[in-house]
Amino acid sequence: MVSIIWAVLIFLGVFYYLFTGNIEALNNEVLTNSKKALELMLELMPVIVLWTGLMKIAEDSGLLFKFAKFLSPFLRKLFPEVKKDSLALGYIASNIAANMLGLGSAATPFGLKAMDELQKENPNKKEASTPMITFLVLNTAGVTIIPTTILAMRVMYNSANPEEIILPAILATAISSISGLTLDYFIRRKKK
Amino acid sequence: MNIISKIIIPLFVVFIIYCGLKKKIDVYDSFLKGAKEGLITCFNIFPAMLAMIFAINIFLNSGIINFLLGGFESIFNTLNIPFSVLPMAILRPISGNASLAILNDILRTLGPDSYAGRLASILQGCTDTTVYVIALYFSSVRISKTKQALPVGLFADLMGILAAFVLTKIFFG
Repeated sequence: MVSIIWAVLIFLGVFYYLFTGNIEALNNEVLTNSKKALELMLELMPVIVLWTGLMKIAEDSGLLFKFAKFLSPFLRKLFPEVKKDSLALGYIASNIAANMLGLGSAATPFGLKAMDELQKENPNKKEASTPMITFLVLNTAGVTIIPTTILAMRVMYNSANPEEIILPAILATAISSISGLTLDYFIRRKKK
Repeated sequence: MNIISKIIIPLFVVFIIYCGLKKKIDVYDSFLKGAKEGLITCFNIFPAMLAMIFAINIFLNSGIINFLLGGFESIFNTLNIPFSVLPMAILRPISGNASLAILNDILRTLGPDSYAGRLASILQGCTDTTVYVIALYFSSVRISKTKQALPVGLFADLMGILAAFVLTKIFFG
């Protein structure tokens, strides 16, 4: 599925460049645009390294485990397959908390660590496990309570009431998450 | 709210280190161990990141999206919704930066308190970049069979986007 989307994006882009006769730009695009990946990685890497370092302290001190335990009544319902004392729940909880506060760049390292921990429990290392899919559905729906970037932009353009979009945005996110989780649940039930 | 969101991270850092010291942990050593793991993660996700950015940029910069959606322009005009929110809604699951750029454009030209400005703000907030996140997270643990993750994620996005249109209508008429 990722393969298909990937190929379709490239094909459509290249064909439209050819169709509009913009061959110079296309050639340039193909040769140089991968540099942007390095630029993004240079931006992201220090954040990931810093937060995985800090979270290792939280892991070793038992703080992460305590946090997971605190949220476990809620998390156990969503991730019944994950072992009770798994650190994955702590990272999932941290990822959701960071996302909720709109700290997107801090959320990514937690999410990646959560995947790492879930992979340790995954019986088939090549295939996505059930809790992984649930986690990603929750993650991609982007449960945000304080959308910091959007608020900053609205303030920048002198909105009379920058926060007025928060409530409808939360509701829209909730609808998105709930429909994703529901569909995921029914697909799993059908497969069993 | 702004001050709270700015102070929360520094305090969190201090809190993590304090808890480590209290439990008599070699915090510096722990940090280095975790940081090294982070570096390996970066190494693992880079190929997927490059692959996605390559494809997304060719797609976006070719300008095909305006060509594909051109037919919808008159429908949007009759509904009195600015056309630019449609490419934004479609790009939102693929590229956060692309949709953010359109949001910026809408807020700058039409204003944050216009109907389009509110709708675009809610659209940006209602979901995350599904395609990119799924590619990144699964590649970090070398999983190739993603099963229903992507279709379910995109379905959730679709519902969120539809909800954004409806809720904007309800809240701001």
